[in-house]
Amino acid sequence: MDIFLQQIINGLTTGSVYAVVALGYTMVYGIIQLINFAHGEVVMIGAMVAFTFITSLAGGNLPAPVILLAGVLAAVPTCMVIGYLLERAAYRPLRHAPRLAPLITAIGMSIILQHLALLVWGRNPMSFPQIMENPIIPIGGAVISGVQIGIILLSFMMMAGLTWFVYRTRFGIAIRATAENVRVAELMGVNANRVIAATFIIGAGLGAVAGVMFGTYYGIVHYTMGFTLGLKAFSAAVLGGIGNIAGAMVGGILLGLVEALATGYIGDLSNLCHWPGLGTSSMLAERCADGGNFVVFGSNYQDVFAFLMLILVLVLRPSGLLGERVSERA
Amino acid sequence: MTSTLLEARGVGKRFGGVQALKDVSITINQGEIYGLIGPNGAGKTTFFNVLTGLYPRDGGEVLFAGKPLNLSSPHEVAKAGIARTFQNIRLFGNMTSLENVMVGRHVRTHAGVVGAILRSRSEREEEDAIRRRAEELLHYVGVADRANDLARHLSYGDQRRLEIARALATEPKLLALDEPAAGMNATETAALRVLIEGVRNDGLTVLLIEHDVKLVMGLCDRVAVLEYGEKIAEDVPAVVRADPKVIEAYIGTSAH
Repeated sequence: MDIFLQQIINGLTTGSVYAVVALGYTMVYGIIQLINFAHGEVVMIGAMVAFTFITSLAGGNLPAPVILLAGVLAAVPTCMVIGYLLERAAYRPLRHAPRLAPLITAIGMSIILQHLALLVWGRNPMSFPQIMENPIIPIGGAVISGVQIGIILLSFMMMAGLTWFVYRTRFGIAIRATAENVRVAELMGVNANRVIAATFIIGAGLGAVAGVMFGTYYGIVHYTMGFTLGLKAFSAAVLGGIGNIAGAMVGGILLGLVEALATGYIGDLSNLCHWPGLGTSSMLAERCADGGNFVVFGSNYQDVFAFLMLILVLVLRPSGLLGERVSERA
Repeated sequence: MTSTLLEARGVGKRFGGVQALKDVSITINQGEIYGLIGPNGAGKTTFFNVLTGLYPRDGGEVLFAGKPLNLSSPHEVAKAGIARTFQNIRLFGNMTSLENVMVGRHVRTHAGVVGAILRSRSEREEEDAIRRRAEELLHYVGVADRANDLARHLSYGDQRRLEIARALATEPKLLALDEPAAGMNATETAALRVLIEGVRNDGLTVLLIEHDVKLVMGLCDRVAVLEYGEKIAEDVPAVVRADPKVIEAYIGTSAH
């Protein structure tokens, strides 16, 4: 099996999900310079709501795609309402407060949403019903599943749709104007409150779909799943240049690819038995005899790479890959 | 017969211990070019910012077209019919000239998220109309050839004109220009003058803050002079120019 190609496919899949979630972070940051740490939890709730709908419908005789669609159609509006409420109730009153206040509020909102989900769905991981047939298609020495194709296609469609919306419609123009300068946009007649609420709602809607895709792909949902996913998507947004929509997409895909490739190769690379000179040394001779292994870092180090990249970006290029210098924004 | 468009009564503004505006009352008539001049720091821009809802005022009231002006949020002011430009240009630099002007159309149309996504026929027609109107306005101020360039790539004079186009896009009754000639050379100032007169001839009222006294005196129908946050004169240019208080404010007592 071609590990490289396989990990590219896997990375593209998770990367697409990261990218869609990262859009929610970056749009809100672009407009009000707030890192909405509760966004990961919105994604989780999207997955949970879809889980509930799909599980309860799965016994009936509806066709599988209809059930899946019903799950998505339930998750998206629920998350949009939560996104709107977060903005209206938690962040808007703090719009003119020092930057730290809304940031801490965002962390608080994240904890509140997590525990609401704990109350509703319990503390055990639940298996996300796999109702769709999932054909495995061989492709040049690797395989791609139907779910993976679906996730990649849907993600790219959503990203294209958002790009079109932001760059080609009037409301998109208002969003970009508000992102550049709230005061001036208001003086030109843009209702900034509406624009800000809309970015929260759009981000949450995209996040809901991402949550369903994530649940379908990993087959498991849990009330804490939004935390790591959210942090990774946030890293992706920073990697691409936070506030920059194209950056979030590039950052998400790149992060997924790096994570998958690193996970695929780290076991082999850190297998001391394969290191020249070491494998035959007296210390490891016993472990390495008869094709034995001494692996320092296994694939369970997967989550490290996202944050390693976050640290590298913050040190080497704080404005991100596609981000402008902060001074140009002011 | 002239009718009053804007009436400010006893407007005050204080920044900490500084009384930036003290009991300023002015009346702007429909269809005139009204100049607001004064030495540096006299409170001209502060008055502008209060008038457009950027700063909350500490006293007084503003009547616009016969109704009290809701100064609680800037977009309400834009909706009521006051549009402004800025002393230090504030365009949306990363958007094209055309898009900058299209932002100004927002207040007169009903752009919604849902409509934009569903692309109904009326939505598309409205968007086409907005684009056409924005193109007309770019043509009107003379930057039509730069329509698809990013605003920050325009020359200084063109940026000033683009700001005027963006303000005009909100269909204002009152166009408020904050030092539009600042930093312009003589040719650009002359062209600006033609543009402002054209705007007035098309039925708008213009409020002009300007340092360039010659431009103000030549262009304005009436002029008010602010000094230390107080209005010291308000009349036609010829009278204001001869007012000893105004001469004193600009030149100082020792001069005569």
